[in-house]
Amino acid sequence: MVTINGEKCNAAGKTVAEYLSATEYDPKRIAIERNGKIVPKAQYESTVLEEGDSVEVVSFVGGG
Amino acid sequence: MKNDKLVIGGHEFSSRFILGSGKYSMKLIESAVKDAGAEIITLAVRRANTKEEENILDYIPEGVTLLPNTSGARNAEEAVRIARLARELGCGDFVKIEIMRDSKYLLPDNSETIKATEILANEGFVVMPYMYPDLNIARDLVNAGAASVMPLASPIGSNKGLATKEFIRILIDEIDLPIIVDAGIGRPSQACEAMEMGAAAIMANTALATAGDLPMMASAFKNAIDAGRKAYLSGLGRVLTRGASASDPLTGFLRD
Repeated sequence: MVTINGEKCNAAGKTVAEYLSATEYDPKRIAIERNGKIVPKAQYESTVLEEGDSVEVVSFVGGG
Repeated sequence: MKNDKLVIGGHEFSSRFILGSGKYSMKLIESAVKDAGAEIITLAVRRANTKEEENILDYIPEGVTLLPNTSGARNAEEAVRIARLARELGCGDFVKIEIMRDSKYLLPDNSETIKATEILANEGFVVMPYMYPDLNIARDLVNAGAASVMPLASPIGSNKGLATKEFIRILIDEIDLPIIVDAGIGRPSQACEAMEMGAAAIMANTALATAGDLPMMASAFKNAIDAGRKAYLSGLGRVLTRGASASDPLTGFLRD
């Protein structure tokens, strides 16, 4: 299992790009961190999620 | 006044009003930016929601500099991660460091803020640390590579005004970076007072978000900030310790 934004997810073995294409995230408006490190957009295709990975998918919201 | 620029990390701004974007409708952002005359707007970074159809970036007018904050960070390491994610979102190198350990008073953790400032400045960020006004900490932030220093006026979201006034004044007098008063400013008159003291800019969010008419309040803040800046640049008149000083010629008449 891979933990994505705090939720267990069956995404091990998929690339980041494959995972994203199965979701409704807007790839232009998000940034991704995997195990504490940024995954640059150019590496979405080549980054394979592994068992036990912890992933954060974030975007901008209003704030002060 | 035309050449009176606010310079942060080598970037020039004509406006001295930094606008927050929290706690109000995205649809009001455009008019708030316009009425505030703002050139910088703050944002937060949060876990993305797949169901969210609207994105705040679609509501921010072009040409406005985005200043992501690191709210939610409890220590330097988390602030650094949030800053890197914000930069990866592709909207520039500015970051406002905000590190809080307590959720009751939301006071900034000054020592963790220094650590995060150093790391992020070394990575090329334009670092604007939010801090509790303390001269020694401010000096450490300068040495760590901060581009400005953002002392709080009173607790975040409280609208209580310049509770830390004398300590902010010390920072203005001693620190050779823009001192931007952030947090707690609730009224235009308070923003004006801080600007009269020589603050470089004002950051406000809750004062607008909780106002009756947000764009009108944005405009009121803009006028107050401009007035305070002009007063500072012109040099305030002196205050007498006692007595009075006539403004009229002291020649008596209508009597001998």
